[in-house]
Amino acid sequence: MTEEQIALNHPMDAYLREDRIPHIWCSGCGLGTCLNTFLHALVKSKIDMKKTSIVSGIGCTGRVAGYVKLDSFHTTHGRPIPFATGLKLANPKLKVIVFSGDGDLISIGGNHFIHAARRNVDLTVICVNNFTYGMTGGQGGPTTPITARSATTPFGNFEFPFNLAYLAAGSGAVYVARWTMLDVRRLENSILHALNKKGFTFVEIISPCPTLYGRMNKLGNGLKMIKDYQKNTIINHKVDLKDAALGMDGKIVVGNFVDIQRPTFTEVLYDHIAKPQPNKKEDIPKEERKKIEHHA
Amino acid sequence: MLEVEKPVLTGSHFMNGDNACAEGALAAGCRFFAGYPITPATEVTERMSERLPLVGGVYIQMEDEIASMIAILGASWAGKRSMTATSGPGFSLMMENMGLGIMIETPCVLVNVQRGGPSTGLPTLVGQGDMMQARWGSHGPYEIIALCPSSPQEMFDLTIKAFNLSEEFRTPVLVMADEVVGHMSEKVVIPSPEKIKIHPRLKTKEKPEKYLPFKPNKNLVPPMANAGEGYHIHITGLTHDEKGYPVINAKTQQKLVKRLLDKIRLNRDKIIILEEDNVEGADVVVVSYGISARTAVLPIQQARKEGTKVGLLRLVTVWPFPEERIKALAKKVKAIVVPELNQGQISLVVERCAAGNAKVISVPHMGGETHDPKEILAAIKQAVKK
Repeated sequence: MTEEQIALNHPMDAYLREDRIPHIWCSGCGLGTCLNTFLHALVKSKIDMKKTSIVSGIGCTGRVAGYVKLDSFHTTHGRPIPFATGLKLANPKLKVIVFSGDGDLISIGGNHFIHAARRNVDLTVICVNNFTYGMTGGQGGPTTPITARSATTPFGNFEFPFNLAYLAAGSGAVYVARWTMLDVRRLENSILHALNKKGFTFVEIISPCPTLYGRMNKLGNGLKMIKDYQKNTIINHKVDLKDAALGMDGKIVVGNFVDIQRPTFTEVLYDHIAKPQPNKKEDIPKEERKKIEHHA
Repeated sequence: MLEVEKPVLTGSHFMNGDNACAEGALAAGCRFFAGYPITPATEVTERMSERLPLVGGVYIQMEDEIASMIAILGASWAGKRSMTATSGPGFSLMMENMGLGIMIETPCVLVNVQRGGPSTGLPTLVGQGDMMQARWGSHGPYEIIALCPSSPQEMFDLTIKAFNLSEEFRTPVLVMADEVVGHMSEKVVIPSPEKIKIHPRLKTKEKPEKYLPFKPNKNLVPPMANAGEGYHIHITGLTHDEKGYPVINAKTQQKLVKRLLDKIRLNRDKIIILEEDNVEGADVVVVSYGISARTAVLPIQQARKEGTKVGLLRLVTVWPFPEERIKALAKKVKAIVVPELNQGQISLVVERCAAGNAKVISVPHMGGETHDPKEILAAIKQAVKK
């Protein structure tokens, strides 16, 4: 391979819409690595790319769907999960991935997030958490740590943030993991596991926004922020998730936190209600109901 | 007892409008419904929850109407005919993603069984106050198709029509019903499946490498590829080019949005349905829609008995508005009377189209009940006075 070829090709070119590159992300942003890691997992999963859709909302992470060579849907702010729900339920043969940011999925889309997890709709949700609204200029949001500065918290943030992993687990997600974008191999394995697992699977990726969140909180450039991840990351798969909140102290508890089995919305709908029964109006048989309740 | 396995319940039924709407959807091939309970549209949702799973479809109760509206867009892109049903407060929440549906040209049907507003208003009582919201409620320039049923039979027929128009023009279509039409029970005749005209989805014949998802045909409508068919489509609510890629400039905005408007404006003759009774030679014409058009029948008969030449023009399609017909009519008649269960929404449009050629008399009503026929009769009498 000549030097020129090395410069011209990226190992993931086949899965990217090259005609949409260069991307919009700032230098030092973690999103490129998040996308690259996701694509590696996607390729390894051997999922049929023709039957795979990726859905985003609005924001910096919301641009991911548009760079990936799948069926890409860039929807409205906060709404990728209900759009994906319609897509998946209307054609259960599709693999549907939601890739969006913390503001999109957890603030304006928070209600959709908890309900999709509760229903256990068969979706893989990847949330890049950079603690801020990047696209609009670094405003505070539901993940901004207490005391952090942002464009709308000039005196420091005085709202307590959501702990996304705890929220996902409490809402009923069957798989919950959190990694920083520095942990590319562990992150890739988690995404791969999430893609191959039935039900509502959730991967949170902690990722730097040096241009806004980093600058306003004097955290240094992208490289410095990533070096801090290296220093502050604690792997603890068995942590009590309520103790895994993220604050300004820099400690980041990561791991594969939740991995359980529960029937999906589609399984319940088709297997227990829509399958041929002598009397369609009959209730779900007692043993069947017990099975479902046991899992729930 | 419901024959639950059949998608089309051929025969004569005594049925309320909401149930007839659900049956119309099923007969039109609807196999995905996302909704949220709200009076007076709940019966549509309940009927779908019972019927859809047994004909191989999916019913889902979403967390709110925002989610319901966008879930039906997702389902449509998966290749299913999809619908939601709501009333005023839910309709407000649906405006956001009705706009997305228009922008990404997604066939689907949105039913609004109108009640009295604003806000929570009169949940159980009739209104027609959302007619302008239907036209202008989502942000930015758009055109919409809205049908107004006047009976349970039309709740069935026009729901099928709405699905067909949504596929033909690749856009969300509204069924703007009202509480009285939704809740009244009447005879509803459901034809056999082979007699129901279904407009198929306009699918692309191009190969994936060559396909441009927003390149229009002669009708200004781009043929579709669904998700999962190997086309790797790119769909965005941002202003986009024919490839579907975002292009944020004035030129692309002009090209795209003009086409979105024109595909409805220039095809309005194919879309608009009007019902006219004794309009030729009339001095006064009552222009109305939905339940108000039915309330107008009695006073019109009374006025005719008393010697006034009065006709009825019923707007089955309210949007796009039949501007040419009203313009022409205004030149022939002395006055146009517009009864509606709001403070004069469609009457404003009639007035604009009449352009001073005929007197336009609004017969407003705050909602909560239908007009007293005497109010309409009084307006007709006032109209013929010099």
